[in-house]
Amino acid sequence: MECNGFNSPRSDTFPAGLRVLVVDDDPTWLKILEKMLKKCSYEVTTCGLAREALDLLRERKDGFDIVISDVNMPDMDGFKLLENMGLEMDLPVIMMSVDGETSRVMKGVQHGACDYLLKPIRMKELRNIWQHVFRKRVHEVRDIESHDGFEEIQIMRNVSDQYDDIYLHNGGDLTSGKKRKDVENKLDNKDFEVGPKKILDLMNVPWLTRENVASHLQKYRLYLCRLQKENDIKASFGGIKQADLSPKHTAGKFGLHNSINIQQDDAANGHFGTSDNKIPPHNIDHKIHEAELKGIVSMSMTKPKKAQIVNIPEPQKLSSSGTGLSHSWGSLEPDPKYAAFDSTLTMQYSWRDIQYQEYKPHLQLENSFRHLPLPAIQNHIQVNTLRPVPSTNTIPFNKERDKPSPVEIQPSGAKCRSQQIRQVAPTGNAFDLLSAQSESCMTNFHTSSPPASATFSMKNQGIDRISVTDLESNKGNLIQEIGAAFACIDEDLTASCFQGDCCSINLGFQNIAEVSPYLYDALKFDYENPCDSLEYPVIIDQGLFIA
Amino acid sequence: MEGVIQLQRQLVEYRTSLYNEGFLDDQFIQLQQLQDESNPDFVVEVVSLFFEDSQRLLNELTKALHQQSSDFKRLDAHVHQLKGSSSSIGAQRVQKVCIAFRHYCDEQNTEG
Repeated sequence: MECNGFNSPRSDTFPAGLRVLVVDDDPTWLKILEKMLKKCSYEVTTCGLAREALDLLRERKDGFDIVISDVNMPDMDGFKLLENMGLEMDLPVIMMSVDGETSRVMKGVQHGACDYLLKPIRMKELRNIWQHVFRKRVHEVRDIESHDGFEEIQIMRNVSDQYDDIYLHNGGDLTSGKKRKDVENKLDNKDFEVGPKKILDLMNVPWLTRENVASHLQKYRLYLCRLQKENDIKASFGGIKQADLSPKHTAGKFGLHNSINIQQDDAANGHFGTSDNKIPPHNIDHKIHEAELKGIVSMSMTKPKKAQIVNIPEPQKLSSSGTGLSHSWGSLEPDPKYAAFDSTLTMQYSWRDIQYQEYKPHLQLENSFRHLPLPAIQNHIQVNTLRPVPSTNTIPFNKERDKPSPVEIQPSGAKCRSQQIRQVAPTGNAFDLLSAQSESCMTNFHTSSPPASATFSMKNQGIDRISVTDLESNKGNLIQEIGAAFACIDEDLTASCFQGDCCSINLGFQNIAEVSPYLYDALKFDYENPCDSLEYPVIIDQGLFIA
Repeated sequence: MEGVIQLQRQLVEYRTSLYNEGFLDDQFIQLQQLQDESNPDFVVEVVSLFFEDSQRLLNELTKALHQQSSDFKRLDAHVHQLKGSSSSIGAQRVQKVCIAFRHYCDEQNTEG
C-alpha cells in the first residue's frame, strides 16, 4: 500500500483508507486505538517504541498519512519524535496524553503538532483526524501552486528521498528527509553553492518548480528559526540571514503566492538587517506602477525590502513619496507563515517602529498587504493605495502610538498620495485588501508591537466618523472595520473588526493600529488634508471608493 | 437457557453498579461499542491487557516504595502510566487514585 502513494485508492474514498501510524508505549492503548481507527475504516499500524516508529517511517516514506503519538514514552520524548517526524517527513502528527495541561498542549503545538488529544480518546475525536491530512495537502498545493497538488506533494517526497544520498555526506544537523531543505539551508549558511535552482535542476523533475523547492525551504527555515529563537535572540539574525537568501528565491518565483511569501521573507530580511540593502527602492516603485495588475504583490513585497533598507538608515528622510512606498514596504511583515518566527517579527517591529516615526503608514499598509496573499488584482489595488500614503507615514504606528500622529504628515507626501489615491480609486478592493492585510499584519505584529490603544482609538473614531459620512456602504464598512480594528487594539474587538476575511486574523492589535495610520494617510490625500489625523479616515474612504 | 439469562442479568447489574459506584466511566462504554462481530472478545482482550500491564506497574511501584528512600520521580512515572492505562478502559476509580497518588509524590509524602 505504501508503494503507490500517489494514486492510492484512498483518494477516492477519502478519508477511508487513511494510513495511520500509532505510537504508544502502553499496549492497552495501542490495542484500543487500533480498534477505534479500524472502525473509522483507516489502515492502522501500531508501534510501541518511538525509535521503531521512526524507522518504520523512514523505511516507507509514503507509507503513512498521519501519525498519532503519545507524549510520554520511555525511549524518546514524544515532542522530539514529533519534531523529527514533522521535519523529516512532513507528516501531520497528533499528540495524545493523559495530561492536558495548557503548558503541555502549548509545547505540543510549538513542536509542530497538528492536534493534541486528551486520553481517554473517544471515537468521535478519531473520526476527525483526517482533516489534518487534508489540510496539509491543501496547503501543500497552495504552496506549490501546482495543478496537480497531490502528485506534486508525492513527487516532492520522492525527490527528498533521492537526495538522501547526495546530502548524506554533508551531514550537518539535517536529517535525510528533507534534503532539499538541507541544501537550501546550506545555502543559507553560505557553505555550499547549492541553491533552489540547482536543486531543481538536479532533481530533474519536470513538474517540480522552484516554488516547490522554495516552499520546502521556507518550512525548513521556519523550523530552524524556531530552534534559533529558542536558543538565542540573536539567533533571529540567523533567521534573517536565511530570509536574506529568500530574495534569491523571489527572483525565480512567479507565482503570486510564492512571491508574496518570498517577499515577505525578504521583507523580514529587510527588517532585520538594515544592512540588507538588497533592493533598490526605486526599481520597485516603478515596478509597482507597472505591475499593477499582475505582479503587484510581488512588487510590493520587494518594495518593503527596499523600504527597509532606505528607511533604516534614514528613517527621517523617507519623505519622498515615490520611494516612500517602497520604504514602507520594507517593514512589512513576512508571510503569515513566518509569524512563527517570533524573533523575526519582533525584529520587524522594532525596525518598523523606527521607520514609522517617519513614514510608516506606507509601510504598514504595504505590509499588511503583503502579508495577505490576496488575489493579484486586489494586491494591485492595494499597491496603489499604499503609494499615496508615503509621507503621511508620520503617523506613529508603533512608536508614536501614544500620540495621534496625523499632524506630522507631510504635505508633500500627501499630495503624492492624493494623486495616487485617485489612481487607486478605480481599484476599489484595495481597502478590503488593506484591511485584510492589515489584519494579517496585525496578526504578525501583534506579538511585538506594544499596543497603542489610545492613539488608535482616536483614529478609529475619526475613521468611523468619516466613513459613515462619506463612503458608500462597502467602504464605510471597511473604515468602520478599520476603526474597529483600532479598537481591537484594546484587544477586544479584533474579531469584530473586519467583516469576513479580516476577522480571521484577529490578532494584531498593533497591526491594526499600524495599518490604520496608513489608511488615514490614504484618505487624507484624497482630501488633501494631511494635517488632521481624523481626516485620514476620509482619505481611506476615498480609497475605498476606489475599491 | 435460564441459567444464561440469569448470568447475563447478573452481569448487567454488576456492570451498572460499577458505573454507579464510579469504578467505571464512559470510556468503558466506548470500549463496549467497539466490540463487534469481527472481534467479539475485544473488551475481554483489552481488559486482560490492562490487567497484565497494571500488574507489572504495581509490582514496580511496590518495589520502589519499599526502598529506603523512594525515588518519587520514578514513582510518579509509574503512576502516570497506570493512570493512562486505567483511563483507557475506563477504570475511573483507579484513575482518581492515581491522581491522588501523584499529588503525594509531588509532596514527597511517603505516608500517603
